[in-house]
Amino acid sequence: MRREPPRSAADYAPLAFPALMLIVFFVVPFSTMVAVSFFKRDPAGFYKPDFVIDNYERFLSAFFGEVLGFSLMLAVGVAVCCVVIAFPFTYLLTRRPRRVQILWLVGLMSVLSLSEVIIGFSWSTLLSRTAGITNLLVAVGLMDQPVALLPSLGAVLTGMVYQALPYTILVLYPALVRLDPTLTEAARTLGASPVRAFLNVVVPALRNTIVATLIMVFVFALGSYLLPQILGRPQQWTLSVLITDQAIYQSNMPFAAAMAVFLVLISLALVGLTLLVGRRENAA
Amino acid sequence: MTWLRRLYFLTVALFLAAPLIVVAGVSVNEKQDLTFPPKGFSLSWYAQIFTDPEWRAALIHSLTLAVCSAALAVAIALPLAWFLWRRIAPWTNIFRVLGLAPFILPPVITALGFLSFWATLGLFGQFFTAIVSHAIFFVTLPLVTLSLGFASIDRSLVEAAATMGADDRTVARTVVLPLILPYLVSGYAFAFVLSLNEYIVAYMTIGFTTETLPIKIFNALRYGYTPTMASVSVFFVAVAAVVFGLIAAFGDIRKLLGAMSSER
Repeated sequence: MRREPPRSAADYAPLAFPALMLIVFFVVPFSTMVAVSFFKRDPAGFYKPDFVIDNYERFLSAFFGEVLGFSLMLAVGVAVCCVVIAFPFTYLLTRRPRRVQILWLVGLMSVLSLSEVIIGFSWSTLLSRTAGITNLLVAVGLMDQPVALLPSLGAVLTGMVYQALPYTILVLYPALVRLDPTLTEAARTLGASPVRAFLNVVVPALRNTIVATLIMVFVFALGSYLLPQILGRPQQWTLSVLITDQAIYQSNMPFAAAMAVFLVLISLALVGLTLLVGRRENAA
Repeated sequence: MTWLRRLYFLTVALFLAAPLIVVAGVSVNEKQDLTFPPKGFSLSWYAQIFTDPEWRAALIHSLTLAVCSAALAVAIALPLAWFLWRRIAPWTNIFRVLGLAPFILPPVITALGFLSFWATLGLFGQFFTAIVSHAIFFVTLPLVTLSLGFASIDRSLVEAAATMGADDRTVARTVVLPLILPYLVSGYAFAFVLSLNEYIVAYMTIGFTTETLPIKIFNALRYGYTPTMASVSVFFVAVAAVVFGLIAAFGDIRKLLGAMSSER
């Protein structure tokens, strides 16, 4: 059974069901959302068909600009933290015995699969006054009495790094596993210390991987919709939280849809950039 | 150097485990308050997942949703991955992209797409809409594992079977299917675990009529914390660890995650 072009319509048969499902339940809903973003809000129901650009004009307000700026900065912060922690970690992990690697991968995937609800709940417990980490500091005498560490920007950032770190490691893992070990061996033979070999050989060799990972983690963090709500104050709400808020609590579907379209455009542009970076790496 | 590396690994492990340890501690509190270290020891909060009618209903909804949507996701991904492997038809790669897209885009967007779609059709709030939505949302996982599985099949095996006179159908059943079965199972398992944990798509499709476990936890967050939420969280971590542990035990998890070359 060689790979061959389909000769008759019957050869396309296996494609029918997946194609139908993906078009009806992904392309159509997506298009519906784009259409709704031009509709008018109907306070009684969801929306009225129309063609207005009011929903997009609301972006031009100072409030929206602030939220967008904050969301982008927060996602950048999360991406940088994650890559800085994850890159050396993943490098060291790929040099460990197979069994150790597998154990870590299972653990990382278990944390990655956790619902944002559970991550938010766990961190709000860990940072709370009654059950939190400050109780530990009180017990060893570093603090006088337990305090609540949330809501705060630090809590939001910690929670989001927690959520994105396993993702970052799993994205970096394939590239680092395939890294030619003779590269570092050569550097070591020539007298470089392990740290120097890592900084001067491994990091430059994988520069493009690092950039691509930064962008992917950035997009991932941009999608976080609950953690800023559970761990932060309203002024730390991101675009994703606002979209949920407008759609569910303010019942303003058209405005939520317009914000979502905007978020898609940002994400697509960045994913496109990742592909471009990846292609250049393959060409090099 | 070695102790520095150990310290580094330990710090990362501690960071990843810390909230789970606290939640596990909180979940065994004897009284209904969240204190850590726990006061007393009781597993009654775990029992409550199964005995309290609301939590049990949420558990059943979540399990039904995960079992059905993962099956539907595999049913969509299998013929698609098979076709893309079997045929040379460049334009059909558009469906591969469509299968990957829901997972790459921020989840809020996919969720909002489903909300506007089901609301327009007037089916908003029906349970099956969440099954279909989750199947599309997570179709990426079986699609990726199955594509990997097909790519790993040695084509000479298939040709040998064909030379011996097996027709397409026989080859598919007796050669291809056994070879990709581990990938099919792990694709199903990934979709199952993630569907169990998914909040936003479930919330935007059936959130007003039905509670799944993540929705129930989030709703409960607003009315104050109970140890049951902690025990449910521990339950989720345990399910994920068992499923991924099984995949690692019976399949090659490193290969699934993309470590194709490298030492055996």
